[in-house]
Amino acid sequence: MIEIENVHKSYGSLEVIKGVTMQVEKGEVVSIIGGSGSGKSTLLQCINGLEPIQKGHIRVDGIDVHAKGTDLNKLRRKIGIVFQQWNAFPHLTVLENVTLAPRKVLGLSAREANEIAEKHLVHVGLGDKLKVMPSRLSGGQQQRMAIARALAMSPDYMLFDEVTSALDPQLVGEVLDTMRMLSAEGMTMIVVTHEIRFAREVSNRVAFFHKGLIHEIGSPEEVIGAPKKPETIDFLKSVL
Amino acid sequence: MFDTAFSSNDLMFLLKGAWLTIQLTVVAVAIGTVLGVVFGWARESLPGWVNVPIGAVLDVLRSVPLLIQLVLVNSGKSILGLSWSPFVVGAVVLGLYTAAYCTEIVRGGILAVPATTRRAARSLGMTYWQDLTSIVAPIALRVSLPGWIGLTLGVMKDTALVMWIGIAELLRSSQIVITRIQEPLLVLAIAGLIYFVISFPVSRLGAFLERRWADDSLKADQ
Amino acid sequence: MNYTFHWNQALRRLPEMLDGALVTLQVASLAMLIGIVIAVFLAYGRLSDNRTARAVATGWVEIARNTPALFQIYFFYFGLGSFGLRLDPFSALLAGIAFNNAGYLAETFRGGLQAIPPSQTRAARSLGLSALQTSVHVVLPQMFRIVFYPMTNQMVWSILMSSLGVIVGMTSDLTGVTQELNARTFRTFEFFALAAVLYYAMAKLTILAARLIGWRLFRT
Repeated sequence: MIEIENVHKSYGSLEVIKGVTMQVEKGEVVSIIGGSGSGKSTLLQCINGLEPIQKGHIRVDGIDVHAKGTDLNKLRRKIGIVFQQWNAFPHLTVLENVTLAPRKVLGLSAREANEIAEKHLVHVGLGDKLKVMPSRLSGGQQQRMAIARALAMSPDYMLFDEVTSALDPQLVGEVLDTMRMLSAEGMTMIVVTHEIRFAREVSNRVAFFHKGLIHEIGSPEEVIGAPKKPETIDFLKSVL
Repeated sequence: MFDTAFSSNDLMFLLKGAWLTIQLTVVAVAIGTVLGVVFGWARESLPGWVNVPIGAVLDVLRSVPLLIQLVLVNSGKSILGLSWSPFVVGAVVLGLYTAAYCTEIVRGGILAVPATTRRAARSLGMTYWQDLTSIVAPIALRVSLPGWIGLTLGVMKDTALVMWIGIAELLRSSQIVITRIQEPLLVLAIAGLIYFVISFPVSRLGAFLERRWADDSLKADQ
Repeated sequence: MNYTFHWNQALRRLPEMLDGALVTLQVASLAMLIGIVIAVFLAYGRLSDNRTARAVATGWVEIARNTPALFQIYFFYFGLGSFGLRLDPFSALLAGIAFNNAGYLAETFRGGLQAIPPSQTRAARSLGLSALQTSVHVVLPQMFRIVFYPMTNQMVWSILMSSLGVIVGMTSDLTGVTQELNARTFRTFEFFALAAVLYYAMAKLTILAARLIGWRLFRT
């Protein structure tokens, strides 16, 4: 379970998250929607400790992420994250991109790591690209590689940070399909996205972020189907 | 305090060496810059049969140790029966060596002028020389200046090598003092400081000019 | 001109000079290797938040770049004598060139490190890699690709710089051997011309070898 409790986050004097509380249960898919600069991407980076927070707590399976003495490298094995910019490691092949962390972090042998990596790459539809350098792949393929790279660590949670925003429109579908597949398999996911229809379809719950706060949270039918707050209504009007 | 045999006379001796270092640098850079501008222009403007050989010679000058070049010219001068002083030999070798690098810097500057700009100048009715002197040269100069200042500092440091043909420049002078007073660390520290004092302000000046000219070109865009 | 060239006399000594060239390549490569390792630390030092690390790295880089290479070799040959330490010409030459290489390469590496997007580090850390693992497996391999061409130039410099060893009494490298032969025969021009040809060949072969290594190393 991920527990987010009254989290505040600032960059210098600019407060981007102003007291957010929410929980994500095992097996749940929660989507976060909202305009640019609403703080939703920043929240994801706080969950795996890439960004420090100024106030509040984030606990993952009971472990306080931002407490002193928390082994972040260990914690991050539980939490996979995929970014808007897929951040392929350009000097490694597709297979090596995926095996790097299992080998270096989990200490698996090259054979074991290759086996796992291959399984996940086949799963996301890149079984024929193992020896290819990432620069030869399309954006959509690189993003699916990034998903396989995160999955290879067998995480309990997956965070998706606007993973389709930097893609050409015709490549969005293949990445969303991969995510649909994961949610169908019962992966716990937090998805920051602009794809409202996708959020409505796959999520158990949807949270609407605005100016660093959650304005509405509930089932997709409630938040997207029948929004109550004027900010939510305005936002949905602007994107649908 | 600590005891030292290093006297003000020794300091004067080192400064004299430093003065020789500076003189040699100025003469070499002057020769090298004039030749570098001519060769740089030639390499971008003249047909292949002229500039391929020029390019090859300059490439050799960049790929053979300066020390070897010094010895070769020094002994070549004796073979030819020329009565050049060591200073002249040093200036000639360093000058050609500077020219080899300066050519590449000038060339880079000329290449940085967009072809469209030059076509625009010619289309306004400018002659080839007007285009070269009033359009290409000012732009190329700004692009080349940081590299040229770096080159000048490089030549200043390379002058140390002329001690091998018997010129008592700064480093050789410090060696002489070391042999006399047997305090190598102190003497070398002072020599190093003198090099630094010559080099550091020039490199700062270069950085300053680069910044200022960059600001100017920004203003021109607005 | 009443001078007769004796090229044969020089050519007969070619095997000795080639042995010298081998020593030159050894010194230059070793100094390059040491320089690269130190330069990685200096580059990280210059980008570090730690003031002491930054000061040490900046000091090294400024001294290496603002004083002559020969001065640096002198320092290791004569200067350490003040501490009762007497390096032989080979060690002094090696230390001097390595010091110089490290200073210049540190600046190159710093630029290379700054050219790698911080998101690469983020991605690696998010997979659970430690800071050290991220440097070794993600950041540095990409940096070496970026700086490969300037590194090739530094290797050529390293070869050319090694000729300065003769001034502190080095006799086994190409210039040292050439100078020894010169002292025995007084055929200065012939021997040094041959040395020039060999240095030129070494410089060109280095660039050629680097191209080949670059092709093999950096698949895209």
